[in-house]
Amino acid sequence: MPVIKDAVCSLCGSLCDDITVTVEDNKITKIENACILGHSKFVGMFEHDRIETPMIRKDGELVPVPYEEAIEAAAKILVNSRRTLSYGWCSTSCEAIGKAIQLAEETGSLIDSTANVCHGPSALAAQEKGSPGASLGVIKNRADVIVFWGCNPVHAHPRHMSRYSSFSKGLFSTKGRKGRKMVVIDVRKTDTAKLADKYVEIEQGSDLLLITALRSAVNGHEDVIPETVAGISKEEILELAETLKNAQFSCIFFGMGVTQSRSKYKNGDGVSSLISDLNQHSKAVTIGMRGHYNVTGFGQVATWETGFPMAIDFSRGFPYYNPGETGANDVLVREEADAAIISAADPGAHFPQKAVRHLAKIPVIQIDPYANPTTEIADVVIPAAVVGIEAEGTAYRMDAIPIRMKKLIDTEFKTDEQITKDLITKVRELKEGA
Amino acid sequence: MRMSEILIKNANVCDPAQGINCETMDLCIRDGKIVESVSESAEVIDAAGRLTMAGGFDGHTHSAGKINVGRFMNPNDARRTLVPGLSGPEARTEKTRAQVGYNTPNTYAIGYRYAKLGYTTICEAAIPMLAARHTHEEFKEIPILDKMGLSLFGSNWQVMEYVRDKEPEKLAAYVAWGLKASRGYGVKIVNAGGGEAWGWGKNVSGLYDPVPNFDVTPAEILMGLAEANEKLQLPHSVHVHCNNLGKPGNYETTIETMKMFEKVKPTVDRQALHVTHVQFNAYAGTSWRDFETGAPMVADYLNGANHLTFDLGQVIFGPAVTMTADGPVEYANSRMLHEKWSNQDIELEDASGVVPLSYSPKSFINAVQWAIGIELALLVEDPWKIMFTTDSPNGGSFVNYPEAFTYLMSAKKREQVISGFGKMALDRMVLPGLDRELSFYELAIMTRSMQSKMYSRPEKGNLKVGSDADVAIYDIITSDIDPSVEHEKVKQAFSGAAYTLKDGNIVVKDGKIEATPMGRTYWVNAKVPADIDSAMNKDTDIKFKKYYTVSKSNYMVEDSYLPNPVEIRTEGAF
Repeated sequence: MPVIKDAVCSLCGSLCDDITVTVEDNKITKIENACILGHSKFVGMFEHDRIETPMIRKDGELVPVPYEEAIEAAAKILVNSRRTLSYGWCSTSCEAIGKAIQLAEETGSLIDSTANVCHGPSALAAQEKGSPGASLGVIKNRADVIVFWGCNPVHAHPRHMSRYSSFSKGLFSTKGRKGRKMVVIDVRKTDTAKLADKYVEIEQGSDLLLITALRSAVNGHEDVIPETVAGISKEEILELAETLKNAQFSCIFFGMGVTQSRSKYKNGDGVSSLISDLNQHSKAVTIGMRGHYNVTGFGQVATWETGFPMAIDFSRGFPYYNPGETGANDVLVREEADAAIISAADPGAHFPQKAVRHLAKIPVIQIDPYANPTTEIADVVIPAAVVGIEAEGTAYRMDAIPIRMKKLIDTEFKTDEQITKDLITKVRELKEGA
Repeated sequence: MRMSEILIKNANVCDPAQGINCETMDLCIRDGKIVESVSESAEVIDAAGRLTMAGGFDGHTHSAGKINVGRFMNPNDARRTLVPGLSGPEARTEKTRAQVGYNTPNTYAIGYRYAKLGYTTICEAAIPMLAARHTHEEFKEIPILDKMGLSLFGSNWQVMEYVRDKEPEKLAAYVAWGLKASRGYGVKIVNAGGGEAWGWGKNVSGLYDPVPNFDVTPAEILMGLAEANEKLQLPHSVHVHCNNLGKPGNYETTIETMKMFEKVKPTVDRQALHVTHVQFNAYAGTSWRDFETGAPMVADYLNGANHLTFDLGQVIFGPAVTMTADGPVEYANSRMLHEKWSNQDIELEDASGVVPLSYSPKSFINAVQWAIGIELALLVEDPWKIMFTTDSPNGGSFVNYPEAFTYLMSAKKREQVISGFGKMALDRMVLPGLDRELSFYELAIMTRSMQSKMYSRPEKGNLKVGSDADVAIYDIITSDIDPSVEHEKVKQAFSGAAYTLKDGNIVVKDGKIEATPMGRTYWVNAKVPADIDSAMNKDTDIKFKKYYTVSKSNYMVEDSYLPNPVEIRTEGAF
């Protein structure tokens, strides 16, 4: 009975790499160390709604076809399209992402990741003010003050606090949770907030006000802070600023509560500025709580291959980047895209109605192991192996540390990497034929 | 590799490794190597008497890994077109992928543009071991060039503990293991101990300032790693970014560091020390107010020393991106310049930061920095000690190398630039009094020949029989040109090689990309006695169990990340 140690969990941006998996008859029968989310991914492999075969929509119904036929149909859509949107690519390997970018380049498409509706504003913030971070182990070993801002790791990144942050122990943090101050800033008392030493309840959409007030306090301009900011008293703000200033090492983890609320990228810009200011007093860093296990990887691969982390438009032959104009939702809402290829994501469930309505009107190619609402509007459906379970490849943790995911069991399904390679080949064939 | 023969006729060969100084001859190539002769059926390239050198070798460049942070935070760089033909967006073609960038080009542009300059090998200056896969992932996407990288050891916990506990053998075993894990080529030390101090927002102030909590000094770290380096008989010496980089008065620390290495006995026929981007470490004065060049003092020492090599870190006016494992320096840069700041501390290993900036001839500090690089190149008599670099993109993008070559070859060109400086700048430099002009021969030494010895790659950087057929032909007739006056022509010729050959394949013709073969990645596998290796592994097991957030088994870079590896084995002298 093969037991695979140090397997990597391909669920969230924590990318835990200490999972022990037992495989019997090509089935995973036992999973150790994984959290409930990771566990259900490993187990769910066999329970959830797997797409069992390639399909093409004929007369309104998805009809099973062989892989070759689906690839050819997809390639035809790509070749005939004048403005293809390629979207998703965050729950897959860097190797597949690289090929997806090459496909986008060769077809003059626009390619964007799920960061478009997630941490995209964090990238814009880094472009404004930089991104002062650290690897997660630095937090584990050094941090004595940890702030979770607009994120809820208890539910979204369940092992984050034990492996990397609040509860972890390291060389200079031998007492673990006891030696740390944990602060949660959120609009509601989440389960993470319940574990905090200090919970700061902020009025919705007022993050930037609080960040600015904290910067004023840290920089010695208490006098400009009003009595109440973001629903929080001045006294409480000064106390929080003191906590941060007096830390040996502090880290602000921020989530979508910061990136997708009012002021969007300006919030991240403010956090980076606050971190820079704090370093005048003590060591401080910030890390975004990235959701999909390899959304960080998409940003990395896209950046080295095209110069930009997301929203890349190849229609001019070279990469052009202008989020707000070239983001996935931008081209859908403007009803500009005339075809879409979607992989490892579910815009059908997560995009604004107007964008989904347009998506439903245009030819859609879906590459995914699982059926989801996007399948309902897809015209060509290509099933894929589950990366990290049925296929190996590289993923980048939320702190940009690259880890190689293992293949745990065999599969008949093609990998995302192979499917994108096949598409490139077929597109070239069709173009040459034309 | 395809079986092929090429005859380069009428090549005006400048190959300092053989003492050949611009002599016209034929070069024969078979199966990617330089050979004595070829058959009648060989493909003929008529060099028509043009200047012919071995492919260039940039031994210190930030081209894979950390550069991605630079790209990420400076999307505006992608659109910069400051150097025509070598920067900015270019659409894909049948032969090439789409390109962008100036200081931080995408991976494809890095490969194509170095090749256009006649360069065929690069060494990435800093691999953080925990993130080494990233470096190799980018290497895979850099076409044409051969690659190698230096792994960071200077603030590593295991290193500092072994140095403190006086365990030189285990230290050597750890270095060997780290190189294997990260598929690195050599030992890089950045601001020894400073990365660990930066873990607490602090820095070390010099060679004898103890590292917080580790009870070792930067001097001890440097000497310990040098000893390990020699014990392992590594092909390259330790590669040192000195303490106090970027600070007025730091030339003293630099000379002190160099002196300290006089007692290191190399076990391989090469230098005992390479000091990198010395421009940033050759500053005199006590503050930015009385800041002035320290190049004469550093050069004076270098002229009397024979145990080391160094590179320039030449400044290019205009936008640049600083990126270094020297975390505290980057934070200080960002505060001083009010610039955006990225930082990435790596658990148990090192720090790093990235800050964009712009060098202006109107700033007396920038003007003096610009002068210091050139002063070092001109004041140090022996070019075999000097590697030409801009520490790309810290001092400026590599695409400016041709421009910078003219600074070294033409006093007139220098005067042109210097005429734009203010009086204060002129008072703080010695450059206006220097009339030395380097020859093509000396330039060839600094851009390819010395790298061959410095990195123990005898098949690189020269055109000897048996060497790799990496060849650059530039549109220059050396007997008809006076580089001192016709510096613009020189710049033009170096900006787009007439031919670049990589392993005997024509990759550039008339400054355009012809082919994009995949280069090799060199890495070092140093042999360590089994008992020492196993004792060391027991210690690192604890590090992984208690402190790292990645399992030891997932730390090692797998073979699949090196599609075209060259494993360099060393025997070790334990």
